[in-house]
Amino acid sequence: MSCNCNKGECNGGNSRREFLLTGLMAGIALAGCGDKKTPFKTEGDVALTGEKVKLLSVDGEVIEVDRAYLKPVPDLPTLSNSEERKGIAGKKFVMVIDLARCKNLKKCQSACNHMHYVHPGQSWIKVYSMKDSEHSAPYWQPTTCMHCDEPPCVKVCPVDATFKRQDGIVSIDSNRCIGCRFCMAACPYSTRVFNWEEPELPEEIADQHYSCETSIPQKKGTVGKCDFCPDMVRKGELPHCVSACPNGVFMFGDMNEDSVTNGAETFRFSELIKDKSGYRLMEDLGTKPSVYYLPPVHRNFPYESGIENQQPQDLHHH
Amino acid sequence: MIWTGILILFCLIGVYAYYRQLSKGLVVTNMRDYVSWGIYISNFVFFVAISLVGSLITAIFRLANIHWSTPLTRIAEIIAVSAITFASIIIIVDMGRPERLVNLVAHGRLQSPITWDVIVIGTYFFISLLLLYIPMLPDLKILNEQKNIKPGWIKRGYKFWGGFWKGTKEQSKISRRSIIILSIMIIPVAFCIHTVTSWLFATTYRPGWDSTNFGAYFVSGAFLVGAGAVIIAMYVFRKYYHLEKYITEKHFDRMGKALVLLAFLYLYFNINEYLVPAFKMKKPEEAHLTQLFAGEFAPLFWFAIIVGMVIPVIVLLFKKGRKPLPMFVIGIMVVVGAWFKRYLIVTPTLLHPFLPMQDVPQSYKHYFPSWEEWAIAIGTLAGALLIITIFVRLFPIIPIQETITEQNEKNEGK
Repeated sequence: MSCNCNKGECNGGNSRREFLLTGLMAGIALAGCGDKKTPFKTEGDVALTGEKVKLLSVDGEVIEVDRAYLKPVPDLPTLSNSEERKGIAGKKFVMVIDLARCKNLKKCQSACNHMHYVHPGQSWIKVYSMKDSEHSAPYWQPTTCMHCDEPPCVKVCPVDATFKRQDGIVSIDSNRCIGCRFCMAACPYSTRVFNWEEPELPEEIADQHYSCETSIPQKKGTVGKCDFCPDMVRKGELPHCVSACPNGVFMFGDMNEDSVTNGAETFRFSELIKDKSGYRLMEDLGTKPSVYYLPPVHRNFPYESGIENQQPQDLHHH
Repeated sequence: MIWTGILILFCLIGVYAYYRQLSKGLVVTNMRDYVSWGIYISNFVFFVAISLVGSLITAIFRLANIHWSTPLTRIAEIIAVSAITFASIIIIVDMGRPERLVNLVAHGRLQSPITWDVIVIGTYFFISLLLLYIPMLPDLKILNEQKNIKPGWIKRGYKFWGGFWKGTKEQSKISRRSIIILSIMIIPVAFCIHTVTSWLFATTYRPGWDSTNFGAYFVSGAFLVGAGAVIIAMYVFRKYYHLEKYITEKHFDRMGKALVLLAFLYLYFNINEYLVPAFKMKKPEEAHLTQLFAGEFAPLFWFAIIVGMVIPVIVLLFKKGRKPLPMFVIGIMVVVGAWFKRYLIVTPTLLHPFLPMQDVPQSYKHYFPSWEEWAIAIGTLAGALLIITIFVRLFPIIPIQETITEQNEKNEGK
């Protein structure tokens, strides 16, 4: 099987993409036999089954390959590191968090922690019990990474391990991070967590190829944080926190399309922000977050309904 | 010998603690997501601070035509070199992935203050090393002319490092010129290392760090602690090697006056740093400042201010206070106060983030260093002292040639 797998061709073709990738991976698997890590035997060792499978090569030709050559390739990345760093062209992701709908169920948090194998005790999403001033009412405030347009963390990173993508996502490359933790000091939203020890991961996750888009497997001695789930977005799905929330608190979308959705409802982003007086956290710092908040007015639930989910010492901060 | 043995022991305990940290991860420290920088970083700031004295005594005093400090130049330079060495070591210890240090070069980005720090600290280290080495060449010649040096490897060492130095007019001229050039060069670099180190904090938004005062505040504090360290070294070397002829009471008297000036300067910046925000009490600053003035950190805070600055000023204003022994005690007070001051600059700020500390285990909300952190921090301090100790055993701590020349010049002047 001939395989001209240079990047240009890999990028092309939308509907045929997955099929092409399968063929491509088989090709890479064969071509990459020299690499010790690939679990494949050399061509000579394969016992032919005689059963042929039709595949579409990257040239667009239909070819036949013996079934013996087809192996699942879980370990190979579908995107190169430089593509992950560039981000998705033409997109500008945005999130709207409606504080009027939050009752501190923390489904967002548990889904996020579960899907990203976040270390027990740590979370990428936090739900704060907030109270802005003495006489104002308390409310629940979930926070993700703000994916700032002027990200203080990216400014201070000495090795470009945390970076701003063209689609607005602030991402981390755990294969490059040196663990200096300057970004954690720089972030005013305290959104970053550190892998103080070897992460406890199931074997199949630990063996996975690291990707800046899935952010797994997390690595010891590096920084982690909310990544806006670009792997889900590429699949056309919503980030885990958005789909996990039963109350539709999180709305995710693309600023260029001017629409955000929590799965059940879809809104025009600009109108939603205007109608409900959306705001961003710590606007005065000039970080320009990509996460907007809708104020906790006309609430669906009383604040008290969320108290049982919070540690008692974490209540009523102002 | 006992002294060296103790230092080596502390270093070894530090190495063992670091081995544990390497194998288990930074989890052996008590740093967590809020206090993500602990005593490693404050120790780093302390080392960078103390190293600044090399430039003060050798360069600033030299260019200001102050000659009484000549016998102290080598003490100051070796303190600078060993401190900057261990500043680099402790910063590597603090890294989560020390094996990726090469990324600083491979993927280095110029807009990060860390990159600036690496550049200026590297430069400062080499200039300090040269300022230690070049003025020592004539002394190495003197040592080479000695017959009774044992063991042989030391003698060969002297020959290797200084054998080419014949003391010709040409050589002296080059050496003199290089020292002047280096003395001028080191001043901006010295200001840079500590200003940039202060920017590691001041370039963030956090209360307690978000200050335009930070560069000058750090530099003035650095001169103070460095002068304190030199005074301690003067006293110890004078006593141990009987250098009363070279390090006289006059030297102590003058260093005492210099220390008063530096302590006042640092106090001035402290007042700017704490009282101006305290006048306004902005909400994020309020929690931080009240913790320092009257809360959890108050004992340490007032210790650093009173023992590290106020008492030294009061004692040293009196002539009797500037005698060697009281000066030695004051020197220790200044240095110990300065170490805790660095801790107070780094940690309390991290415990006062903008958003409340919630949704984390209780242990994340407090910080007290683990034994591994103490062992490593103490190990680096012992290591710095060990370098100085070994250096003093091998090389003359008083610049022989320079002191002789200066005395001759003085006599001729009379």
